Amino acid sequence: MEPIIQTEKLSHIYSAGTPFQHAALEEVDFCAYPGEYLGIIGHTGSGKSTLIQHLNGLLKPTSGKVLVEGKDIWESKEATRRARFRVGLVFQYPEYQLFEETVYKDIAFGPKNMGLEEREVDRRVREAARFVGLTDAQLEASPFELSGGQKRRVAIAGVIAMEPAVLILDEPTAGLDPVGVEQILGNIRDYHKEKNATVIIVSHSMEEMARTVDRLVVVNDGKLPFEGTPREVFAHGEELEAMGLGIPRMTRVFRRLHELGATVDPSVYTVDQAKAAVLDALKRGGKA
Amino acid sequence: MALKDITLGQFFPGKTILHRLDPRTKVLLTVFFIVALFMARNILGYGLCATALLTGILLSRVGFKAVFKGLKPVFVIVVITAVLNLFYTVGEGEPLLSFWIFNIYWEGVRTAFFMVLRIMMLISCTFLLTYTTSPIRLTDALESLLGPLKKLHIPIHELTMMMSIALRFIPLLIEETDKIMSAQKARGADFETGNLLQRAKALIPLLVPLFISAFRRADELAVAMECRGYHGDEGRTRMKELRYAGKDYVAILLGFALCAAIWGVNLLGVF
Repeated sequence: MEPIIQTEKLSHIYSAGTPFQHAALEEVDFCAYPGEYLGIIGHTGSGKSTLIQHLNGLLKPTSGKVLVEGKDIWESKEATRRARFRVGLVFQYPEYQLFEETVYKDIAFGPKNMGLEEREVDRRVREAARFVGLTDAQLEASPFELSGGQKRRVAIAGVIAMEPAVLILDEPTAGLDPVGVEQILGNIRDYHKEKNATVIIVSHSMEEMARTVDRLVVVNDGKLPFEGTPREVFAHGEELEAMGLGIPRMTRVFRRLHELGATVDPSVYTVDQAKAAVLDALKRGGKA
Repeated sequence: MALKDITLGQFFPGKTILHRLDPRTKVLLTVFFIVALFMARNILGYGLCATALLTGILLSRVGFKAVFKGLKPVFVIVVITAVLNLFYTVGEGEPLLSFWIFNIYWEGVRTAFFMVLRIMMLISCTFLLTYTTSPIRLTDALESLLGPLKKLHIPIHELTMMMSIALRFIPLLIEETDKIMSAQKARGADFETGNLLQRAKALIPLLVPLFISAFRRADELAVAMECRGYHGDEGRTRMKELRYAGKDYVAILLGFALCAAIWGVNLLGVF
């Protein structure tokens, strides 16, 4: 399958020529496929935020290429602008960028910038509001009257309303309570399913990633050491711990059980898988 | 991003002799240097100042690039000064060049040249001070140096506290501006094209969140300061007391020596 976003030997150096100079990304080859639910994981300062800001042309590579739907986004001004709208990026703590008088106007900011006509803007705003579960009454309220979780959902709706083919979210659940986390993840899943969009989630929480994504990419020190299904990635337990990332608690328990001699699968990473693995072990244990 | 390149109040951490000097010494040295710069009347004087400044930059290891970057914003002022001096200085001899209502004298060229040198060295030297001194140490130094004015009931502590908070907030606000700008650009905001009115309007999505976050930060800082028992100057002690060491006395002597040398070379009748 053709990747929808691809980087070729992408490097980025911050503050070149000053004592603060440092390479945030070094010759990174990254790709995401259409319709994929992809996770990018890495600890603070690993270069993951730098990577995603290249994907919609907010940062210009020091060297290397970024291709969106096969086209180099720095080829021309139009190509860059197109990439901005094809690839929607939700920053960390996006609720701090709200500025309009009403929620409706704030969500409409993106679609309006795309130059869409009034009716299309209205349709998109209402649909985005539906995705994140905002009521019509809330659409007319000031965004500053809402709660933290609601503000976050308004901000996400602001990006969803542009109907990007690729939706990238940087730590979308940071600082929310468990209910808020579930709501946001549910909203994102709905968008993924209904629009058949590619979703890329950036996080440092292994547990959350393990539950949601199809594929994981690990970023460490400006490079991508591992990628693959969560099961494949979590098999690198020791290396991940050395990067300060760790593996899901469930995987740790089952690895330990495996080490102690139990005949269980050590790559388990969700509660359901754990249940199946235990039942399986018991069944086999019963027969023997 | 261009905003990140703003160097005002920036500090480059390091362990060089310039970084380790007492901040008060560095402030005093800066004052000496400025006095010397204004005393200098001929090429030898300016040469001495330039040598002192270059030695400082080399010792600090911040790199010439960083210092030049600091000069960029004052470029316009430098050009205007040069042009005004060039045209408005009236000399004694024949004009070098004259057209329409303008006469350019040899003295004009000389003044323009020295003025440009003076402004550039002035700015570079203050940048060298902030590059090698953390904002906190800098304000501590000012508070200590201006301390005697407290007797005249001038609120020095409050003023320096405001200054240190302001300096602390500059990089934070720049970072915040950068972040909000990126976020709005991701939603298709355009800050670069259009006429003046359109551009001013385009700033609303940037300024509203920026102000809100600045107020939020100020509020949080005030609460945090109160929680830690801040109640102004009275009875406040410091974790790091400022103390002059041998190298500070040497540095101040060198500062004196520079001024004296300039006074000396002024007596020589050279260009």
